[in-house]
Amino acid sequence: MGDMTSEGSQLSAGIDLSQFYQVFFEEAGENLERMEQQLLELDIEAADDEELNAIFRCAHSIKGGAATFGFADVAELTHQMETLLDKLRRHELQPTSAMVDVLLASGDALRAQLSRHQTGTGDEVDTTELLFNIRAMVAGEAPVTALVAAAPAPAPAQVAAPAPAPVPAAAAGPRTLELTVGPLSDPSQANNLLDLFKEITDLGTIEPLDGGQAEAGMRRFKVVTQSSESDMLDLFTFHVSKELVRFTPLPQDAASTPAAAKEDDLGYGFFDDAPGAPVAVAKDGDPGYGFFENSPGAPASHVTSEAQAQAAQKPTAAKAAAKAEPKGAALDAATIRVSVEKVDQLINLVGELVITQAMLAQNSRGLDPVVHQQMLAGLTDLDRNTRDLQEAVMSIRMIPMSTVFNRFPRMLRDLAAKLGKKVELVTQGEATELDKGLVEKITDPLTHLVRNSCDHGIELPEERLAKGKPETGTITLAASHQGGSIVIEVRDDGRGLSREKLLKKARERGLHAPDSLTDQEVWGLIFEPGFSTADQVTDVSGRGVGMDVVKKNIAALNGTVEIDSAEGYGMRVAVRLPLTLAIMDGMSVGVGEEVYILPLSSVVESFQVEPGMVKTIGNSGRVVEVRQEYMPVVELEQVFQVPRFDFEHVSSIMVVVEAEGGRVALLVDELLGQQQVVVKNLEANYRKVTDVSGATIMGDGRVALILDTGSLVRRSRH
Amino acid sequence: MHSILAVDDSASMRQMVSFTLKSAGYNVVEAVDGQDAFEKAGSRSFDLVLTDQNMPRMDGISLTKKLRENPQFKATPILILTTESSDQMKQAGRAAGATGWLVKPFDPSKLIEVIQKVIR
Repeated sequence: MGDMTSEGSQLSAGIDLSQFYQVFFEEAGENLERMEQQLLELDIEAADDEELNAIFRCAHSIKGGAATFGFADVAELTHQMETLLDKLRRHELQPTSAMVDVLLASGDALRAQLSRHQTGTGDEVDTTELLFNIRAMVAGEAPVTALVAAAPAPAPAQVAAPAPAPVPAAAAGPRTLELTVGPLSDPSQANNLLDLFKEITDLGTIEPLDGGQAEAGMRRFKVVTQSSESDMLDLFTFHVSKELVRFTPLPQDAASTPAAAKEDDLGYGFFDDAPGAPVAVAKDGDPGYGFFENSPGAPASHVTSEAQAQAAQKPTAAKAAAKAEPKGAALDAATIRVSVEKVDQLINLVGELVITQAMLAQNSRGLDPVVHQQMLAGLTDLDRNTRDLQEAVMSIRMIPMSTVFNRFPRMLRDLAAKLGKKVELVTQGEATELDKGLVEKITDPLTHLVRNSCDHGIELPEERLAKGKPETGTITLAASHQGGSIVIEVRDDGRGLSREKLLKKARERGLHAPDSLTDQEVWGLIFEPGFSTADQVTDVSGRGVGMDVVKKNIAALNGTVEIDSAEGYGMRVAVRLPLTLAIMDGMSVGVGEEVYILPLSSVVESFQVEPGMVKTIGNSGRVVEVRQEYMPVVELEQVFQVPRFDFEHVSSIMVVVEAEGGRVALLVDELLGQQQVVVKNLEANYRKVTDVSGATIMGDGRVALILDTGSLVRRSRH
Repeated sequence: MHSILAVDDSASMRQMVSFTLKSAGYNVVEAVDGQDAFEKAGSRSFDLVLTDQNMPRMDGISLTKKLRENPQFKATPILILTTESSDQMKQAGRAAGATGWLVKPFDPSKLIEVIQKVIR
C-alpha cells in the first residue's frame, strides 16, 4: 500500500486523483492539529456541544478525503473515531480521559499513516489495538489494554513539499487489491495476466471481476498478493504497458471500511419528484443516491425538470448547525498558499535590489546636488521603496510563534503524566512572528528547554505541597519582540538551580569553579558539555544531550541564551534571536585591500592598540591586555593571508568579539562602518571556508566575507 | 454554459469536485460552508447546487432549506454529498427540499454521471 501512483488513484473520467493528494495531505495535517488542540482543551466534566462538534468535524473531514482519494487505512481509523465522536456529540456517551487518550493516540497513528502515503516510505502502521479500543468505547466498555501511541508522530508535512518518487514499501501480509487494466484496444490482452499468476505461484491469486467483461476497454481483477505493486508492475510490463495498470486497495471486509462501494451500488440517488430530479430509473438494490418525490426541481416521472414544485411540506426540524467560529473558512478565503521556493526567490531578488540600490547610493555621493537634483531625489525615493519592499517581502516568510508553541501542550501532557507531575502550560505572545527558517531551527532547542523544566524544574505534587507551593507547577512560554530581535522565554516555578550543587558538580568534573563566581557565571556552568544537573539521568532529559547542545544550536542562529534562577522559586531561560537569517547587522573592517564583515551582535568593543599592550606568550601566540584581562589576539591578516603591498603599514586596531562564551581580539587595519548586509550562503554557491560563515555583496559590488566569530574563538583555544 | 455552486469545507474535496466539473465543461463557483454558499447564492442563480452535509457555520440540510425559501432556487436541483445514506438522513434531506443525494466517497466519473442526470 505504499505506492502512491498506483494506490487510490482511479482512472475514471480521465481524471487522475493523485493530483489532489498534496492538498489533501496539507488539509488532513491541519485537521489533525486542530483536533489535537481541541482534544487537549476539552473539558471532560463539562464538554460543550460546539467543542465536540468541532472535533467530530475534523475526523469527518479527514475520513471523507481519505475515502475519496483511496487511503483505506486512514479512512477506516477516522471512521471508527467518527463513530465514537458522534456518540459523544449526541450525548449517548460521556467523554472520559481514556477516550481523549485513545483519540490522541489515533491522531498520532493517522499522522504516521498519512506520512507513509505521502512519502511512500515507512512501515505499515499497526492500528489493531487502537481500533479495538475505540470499538470497545463505542460499545460502552473500558479499554482493555494500556495505551501506547501507535507510532511516533512524524513532523507535519511541510507546505510545498514535492511529492517524492514513490518507493513502494514491502507489504507486510497478503493484501487484497483491485487491479484495473486499460484502456486496451483488445481487452483480452489482459488475460495474459491470469497466465502470469499461474506461472509464478508465489505471486498470489488473481480472479477477473465483472464476469471477465471489459467496460470501455477497461478490465478489472481482484488480486490477493504479498508482492509490492512495483514488483508486480515489472512483471506485468511483458504483457501490458505500465501506464495502463492501476491498483486500488480492495477492502476484504466491506463492513469495516466506509470506502467500500458495493458493485451494484451506484453511490448516489434522487428523491422522487424533487426539484431538478431526472426521470427515475429503477435499479436493483440501493443505488447509493436518490431523489425525493415531489421536491422542488425534481422531474416527475413524465414531466420535465420544470415540474411544478409541490407546496413545501412542513420541514421536520433538522437541528441547525451550531455556530462554529468560522476560523478555517475565513482563513481559507483570505489566504493563499505559496511555495517556500517562490518566496525565497523573491527574497533573493530583493536582496539583489538592495545591493544595487546601495551601489547607486554610493556612486551618487560624488555628484553635484544642484546639477543632479532630480536624479538624487529619485535615488532617495528608491532607497525608501527598497527598504519598504525588503521589509514587506521578509514579512512573507514570517510565521507566528504559535506554530511552535502548539506542539507543547500535548508533549507536556504526556510527559507530566509519565513523571507523575502536575503541570500547566501558559503561553504568551504566540502571535509574535519569526522567520520560517528560524522557527524550524528553534523548535528542537525549545523542546529541550521545556522538557528540562518539566523534568528537573517542576517538583512532584507532594513535594510542592510540602514547600507551600500550589500542587500544579506552571511552565510559561513567552515570545516578544525586543528591538531587532525576538526573545523567547521558558519559565518554570519549580526547584530552580542550586548554586552549591552546580559548584560541586563542576569541581567533580575538574572545572575551575571558585566560590567567587557570580550567580550568572554559576548558572552558565550548565552549558558545559556533559553537564547534567539531574541527580539521576532520566530518559526524558539529561542523557548527555544537554544544555551545551542547546546553546550551540542557538549560537548557530546568531542567538544568545541567558539564564536566571532563584533556588526554590524557579528558573527562566531567555533565548534571544535575530528576526531573520537572511539579513544581519554587520560591522565592516578593512585588512589590506580586503573587507570583512563581523556580526554586530558579537562585537564587544574596539580600541587603538598602544605599544606594550600586546605580549607574546611562549610560542602559543600573542595576547592583549584589556582592563586586567588577557585575551588571545587573532591577526586576520595572517588567518586569511591577505596580500600586502604597503609594508610600512601596521594593523593597529583591535576589535573584541565574543562568541561561544569566549572572547578574542581581532587585529585589523581600520573600521569601515556598520551596515545591514544581505547574507549569502557561501557553501551553496562556492564551498565551505573555515572561519567564514557567509558572504555578502557590498555597495561597490565587491564581495565581502562574513566571519564566523565562533570559529575564530575556537581557533584561539588551542 | 451551466454553472454549479460547489459547497464543501474540505479544500481537497472542493478542489477535486471543482476540477472534475470544470473538466466536464461546467462553470464552478466554490463556497467553503453553507453560510458562504448562501451569501454567494444571494447575488446570482445557479443551474445546480452541490453541497456537503457536514460543515461549520451552516450544514448542507440547513443550506438547502434556506435556498428553497428563495424564489430563484425554487426549482434548482440541489444535491447533498454525505457519507451516510441512512433513512434518517434521507428523511431530513427530503424534508429540506433537496433534489437528491450522493454518497461519499465517489469518484469523478460518478459525479459527472449524476450531474448529467439533473442538468440537461
